[in-house]
Amino acid sequence: MEGLTLSDAEQKYYSDLFSYCDIESTKKVVVNGRVLELFRAAQLPNDVVLQIMELCGATRLGYFGRSQFYIALKLVAVAQSGFPLRVESINTVKDLPLPRFVASKNEQESRHAASYSSDSENQGSYSGVIPPPPGRGQVKKGSVSHDTVQARTSADAQEPASPVVSPQQSPPTSPHTWRKHSRHPSGGNSERPLAGPGPFWSPFGEAQSGSSAGDAVWSGHSPPPPQENWVSFADTPPTSTLLTMHPASVQDQTTVRTVASATTAIEIRRQSSSYDDPWKITDEQRQYYVNQFKTIQPDLNGFIPGSAAKEFFTKSKLPILELSHIWELSDFDKDGALTLDEFCAAFHLVVARKNGYDLPEKLPESLMPKLIDLEDSADVGDQPGEVGYSGSPAEAPPSKSPSMPSLNQTWPELNQSSEWETFSERSSSSQTLTQFDSNIAPADPDTAIVHPVPIRMTPSKIHMQEMELKRTGSDHTNPTSPLLVKPSDLSEENKINSSVKFASGNTVGQQQAGVVAHPPAVPPRPQPSQAPGPAVHRPVDADGLITHTSTSPQQIPEQPNFADFSQFEVFAASNVNEEQDDEAEKHPEVLPAEKASDPANSLRVAKADSKTEEKTAASAPTNVSKGTAPLAPPPKPVRRRLKSEDELRPEVDEHTQKTGVLAAVLASQPSIPRSVGKDKKAIQASIRRNKETNTVLARLNSELQQQLKDVLEERISLEVQLEQLRPFSHL
Amino acid sequence: MAVCIAVIAKENYPLYIRSTPTENELKFHYMVHTSLDVVDEKISAMGKALVDQRELYLGLLYPTEDYKVYGYVTNSKVKFVMVVDSSNTALRDNEIRSMFRKLHNSYTDVMCNPFYNPGDRIQSSGSVSLSRAFDNMVTSMMIQVC
Repeated sequence: MEGLTLSDAEQKYYSDLFSYCDIESTKKVVVNGRVLELFRAAQLPNDVVLQIMELCGATRLGYFGRSQFYIALKLVAVAQSGFPLRVESINTVKDLPLPRFVASKNEQESRHAASYSSDSENQGSYSGVIPPPPGRGQVKKGSVSHDTVQARTSADAQEPASPVVSPQQSPPTSPHTWRKHSRHPSGGNSERPLAGPGPFWSPFGEAQSGSSAGDAVWSGHSPPPPQENWVSFADTPPTSTLLTMHPASVQDQTTVRTVASATTAIEIRRQSSSYDDPWKITDEQRQYYVNQFKTIQPDLNGFIPGSAAKEFFTKSKLPILELSHIWELSDFDKDGALTLDEFCAAFHLVVARKNGYDLPEKLPESLMPKLIDLEDSADVGDQPGEVGYSGSPAEAPPSKSPSMPSLNQTWPELNQSSEWETFSERSSSSQTLTQFDSNIAPADPDTAIVHPVPIRMTPSKIHMQEMELKRTGSDHTNPTSPLLVKPSDLSEENKINSSVKFASGNTVGQQQAGVVAHPPAVPPRPQPSQAPGPAVHRPVDADGLITHTSTSPQQIPEQPNFADFSQFEVFAASNVNEEQDDEAEKHPEVLPAEKASDPANSLRVAKADSKTEEKTAASAPTNVSKGTAPLAPPPKPVRRRLKSEDELRPEVDEHTQKTGVLAAVLASQPSIPRSVGKDKKAIQASIRRNKETNTVLARLNSELQQQLKDVLEERISLEVQLEQLRPFSHL
Repeated sequence: MAVCIAVIAKENYPLYIRSTPTENELKFHYMVHTSLDVVDEKISAMGKALVDQRELYLGLLYPTEDYKVYGYVTNSKVKFVMVVDSSNTALRDNEIRSMFRKLHNSYTDVMCNPFYNPGDRIQSSGSVSLSRAFDNMVTSMMIQVC
């Protein structure tokens, strides 16, 4: 920079002008816009102005430092004096009058200028050069600006030498008044309308002061002035000049930069000293924002819907992308509407962007909506969008979209229950455990097997039948009846026992064994004493069985007697071929020596052989003991459970034998009437006996039929079990 | 986890599609396009009842030998399609659901922006993106692939 020698008047004048332009009170840099206004007020043609700017180095540097400003002023004076603008003319031209700045709008300016020029010593009347207040075409502000000017003049008067460090550093005060005509920054002395590019230029301090280099942390630190009009005006030229000027003089720039950084640092420090956050909204700004908010939404607690906000901010002529970004930052609760705080934040961001500050990635803390109610709810959880004030950090939780209330309500629940959303895609295939049912059934047979089956021994039954037949013949009705009853009892017991083991597979055999017990017991051995005839009459084995049955009861009482050995011998002879001695021993006792009955006996013996020997052995002594007393003995615990199904076939035969027994019993009856003629009393007795026999037989018949039914049911159950077991046979 | 994430509008044009740059992106675009048919089929199959009863999460749309494609439909017929690497067996269905939920939330946030016109592309390029949060969320879901 060329040395600049200023006269005292000039010095004062220039300093005042500088102070005037230095709305930010940086003492280093003047606001570019103001300077330009000043130059325009100098009524110089634009090209001259530009030339001046270029000469003074402002265009090169991109800002108006004090020296540049002074040089510019000098050049203005030179130009106004008609001298050609030369850099050298700054010093060469002597006695230049003070540059005259004619205010286009305000008369005061000319007056002031004149007064100033006339009375250069008069500091008090300074401020004549003060160009009209910021805002062109704002006629309404005339009076306002007057006041402003007045205020400023008074302020300026106070600070000719040292620009007042306004308490509000570079706050974007209510410069929007120019924009909306609604407010006047009623600051007072400390009011300083912002210049658009002021902060933008602030980083570039003046080369004048050799302040220490500070941090060049300026980007986004100075609160941006919200003067959009100024911004729009100053945007293009200053930025362009800035850009062009940057690569220019290195030296100055570096020095300037350092100074700028220092300035900025100082500024920031000053700002920080006053406010902790460069992004903080000042009171005036906030008031302005609130007023703007009111124009859209009278209720301060209400919302500005997204569309209205969109229109409003579109006026700022920022690109849509940036506006959307601002929206993303400012709409804290993501509800699509702006509360007062959000609106202020958005507005502030718009202003910042307008002034060239890059938008932050995250919402600055000072711009965050204030905590009102949700300070308690530290959890992100449900945030009612209606409140609008949320204290959660800028990273809003996903569950905040009251504009979609149903979705919003579901999302938190879903978020909370995300861990519990165990959908059954991984549902394990249901393992059908249906294999255990069949296991129950097999268990029963085993258990059933354990139970002792008191099944009547064959001989005992035979004995009973024989006894019955005997008694019928020998007028032993009473004994016979019990005897007859006994078999039924026995049969019932057998049936009961067999029914216990109904579920088991072996029960069939047992039941049939029980059944078998009857038939084996039934076939009586025809007593040679009484009814050999009828026994002889049996052409068929069944008849033989009948005779057997008929004779068996008769023989029962004879058992203990062992009187009739002839029969025994015959039988023994017939049964010699049998293997077991006890049976041979038993049968001769019981069975009469009837040839016809032999085959039946042999059959029976065969069955007895097939049956357990113990049973027969047990039955033998019991049969022996049975002789005296009525056949009380219930069937011995017979181990007939071992009876195989092979015995079923002979048991079937025994069924027939049973019928044969019955037939024998019946056959024995007709034998009785033959002696009727002998004794009428005997006839009556026989009639009674017959009746009793009838009843007994009928009862037996019913019991047998019951047994048949049981057997059939058991068969069905066994078949079912078999089918159940069948699949497992393949395993 | 996802290899490719796409947001398709109601008219079946893509609003946002992004995939990990390692692979040939065109292949993913094609897969997403073909999956739209499956999505429509599922919608129509389930759409007998009211839309409200319809499950938003569609599940596995179809598997290929390398990838699996999952689908998700919103009530406004905006579809999210996610392509996942098949080798990532640890990725369970619950996780896919949660990812779709996050996608949906981010999408609604984008929708809430009045400066976003429904039907516009959710631009992911530029210094100032229309949906920076959306981008970040998608990036977080995709970076985990590693």
